[in-house]
Amino acid sequence: MDALSTFFVALRALRTNALRSALTMLGIVIGVAAVIAMLAVGSGAQARVEEQIRSLGSNVMIITSGTRTASGVRLGGGTVQTLTEDDARAIAVEVAQVQAASPIIRGSGQLVAGPTNWASPIFGVTNDFFEVRDWPLLTGRLFEPQETAAAGKVALVGQTVARELFGEMPPEAVVDQMIRVRNVPITIIGVLERKGQSALGQDQDDAIYVPLSTARSRLFGASQGTLRQVGTISIKVRQDADMRVAEDNIRALMRQRHRLGPGQEDDFTIRNLSEMLQAQEAASRAMTWLLAAIASVSLLVGGIGIMNIMLVSVTERTREIGLRMAVGARGRDILSQFLVEAVTLSCIGGLIGILLGVGAAEAIGHWAGWRTELDPRAIALAFGFSAVVGVFFGFYPARKASRLQPIDALRYE
Amino acid sequence: MDALIRTEGLAKRYEVGGGAVHALRDVSITVAAGEFLAVMGPSGSGKSTFMNLIGCLDRASDGRYWLAGDAVQRMDDDQLAVVRNRRIGFVFQQFNLLARTSALENVELPLLYAGVARAERQQRARRRLEQVGLADRLDHHPSQLSGGQQQRVAIARALVNDPSLILADEPTGALDSRTSVEVMALLQSLNREGITVIVVTHEADVAAFASRRIMFLDGRIVGDERVRPANAQDALAATASLGAT
Repeated sequence: MDALSTFFVALRALRTNALRSALTMLGIVIGVAAVIAMLAVGSGAQARVEEQIRSLGSNVMIITSGTRTASGVRLGGGTVQTLTEDDARAIAVEVAQVQAASPIIRGSGQLVAGPTNWASPIFGVTNDFFEVRDWPLLTGRLFEPQETAAAGKVALVGQTVARELFGEMPPEAVVDQMIRVRNVPITIIGVLERKGQSALGQDQDDAIYVPLSTARSRLFGASQGTLRQVGTISIKVRQDADMRVAEDNIRALMRQRHRLGPGQEDDFTIRNLSEMLQAQEAASRAMTWLLAAIASVSLLVGGIGIMNIMLVSVTERTREIGLRMAVGARGRDILSQFLVEAVTLSCIGGLIGILLGVGAAEAIGHWAGWRTELDPRAIALAFGFSAVVGVFFGFYPARKASRLQPIDALRYE
Repeated sequence: MDALIRTEGLAKRYEVGGGAVHALRDVSITVAAGEFLAVMGPSGSGKSTFMNLIGCLDRASDGRYWLAGDAVQRMDDDQLAVVRNRRIGFVFQQFNLLARTSALENVELPLLYAGVARAERQQRARRRLEQVGLADRLDHHPSQLSGGQQQRVAIARALVNDPSLILADEPTGALDSRTSVEVMALLQSLNREGITVIVVTHEADVAAFASRRIMFLDGRIVGDERVRPANAQDALAATASLGAT
């Protein structure tokens, strides 16, 4: 008997017991839907972390001012500015693994553009900052050398700032606009690409960037203390594999530059942000697989349901099997008929499960507000698994049917 | 005439709880092509066991069996399936039609396993149903047919792959007397066309339509006689006139 006829015979048998077939299928439907929905939730969480890693820039370390002990009194982290612009330059030049290092001064203030105003974080940086963060310009240009050297009254803005100050004005038109930052007139020379939320949920596009010298001497002159001091240094390491070595080299260099003796504590803190996020990513990946594994259990239960019903079906249809054998069905014809029935059940169940799973993922995304991500590979995996379940759990009952002796099957009561 | 069936020392034993039950002992018989054989005997006499062995539905414990010259006892399960498909047509007491399946599709079933293409399958099945007088019942399901009609569908199914042998196991057991005669008339007309027919029955008036009668007792053949068969058409006419008066 050819494959197509076998398929039609199987389909007819399933239709004859429509309700039973539908209920059997339900196990697979729920299993596949659960796997797809859970993988979507898991991948969504993973994608969010990956996006944060991308927005941070790859292989990024941050050095912040640390503690200083003055006359036996240990002050908290960041209470004093121990880092300088020169530290940043020294790290970039002397540590071979470092690609770029940018000193950063952070403050905040009111931005005014014509009738509107907006409060926003203000960063004093060098051009290296945008390299460290992998943050390209949408339009405009970076700082010119003389602007960096001589406190040029220029700025780059994030897209949130551009929108809050200039509404729906196109980015090209925002360039060359004059705004007032803490009452200092500043010309916008560029708009940055959208960066999105940071790992801590802050809107990274809500910021304005001016040259380091401008921030220090024109905007925060009085409050930033002595010359050349900076709040943090952002560092980009060339290769992921070098992060540890780079961290050690930077620590050694900094201790030397800050003249710290062997017994003294670091007066700075190095944080490997990429590593933290990678750990988070690994955790979310583990969660994805955990969810999928739990969902697979329901697929397995669905498979056992198929086996159960196929066994009942073989017993119930023993006389039919006997008759088919009497008119010329071979063992393998009976085997393939029942196997195709089981696989058809699980595949149709799988298809419905895919629709339901995709729907469930959308619903979770919509109602629970979680980010969900449908991976075509996950869908293929779930469907493939359901087909395998059909073969696996259909085989035993099918083989049982095919091994009956014609006369025993015909006489079965 | 050529021997269609030849057995030598055919035996069937069942092992039951330590002891052996001899369902059939040392049966040697030759049936020529074109014969109409009635197999008779009380229940438990071995007539059904004999039928199952001749029909290749079961395997003998001992002895040899040739069907149209081929040694059946040496065939494997798949070869036996082919023999049942191509050479033998079965008619059962309980009809054994597939439920919720049309008469046409029921008749097509042997052709499905013979690998015949769909169009030819339908054409041949339709022709056989016409032959048994059910041309207007092609799409009816078994539950929509009378017992006699169901048995005629079963006969059409037995015929569809042009077998040389029809085996009928109590074909009239579930039918009333008039329908029984109709079914026997059909089998008799098929026999006249050259098909060998073997009917297992315990009813003497059914056996009367056969040209040879074999009697089983305790797993052995105890009687084998050739007789002049009653004409089923005449019997049919007689019951018709009886009903008319």
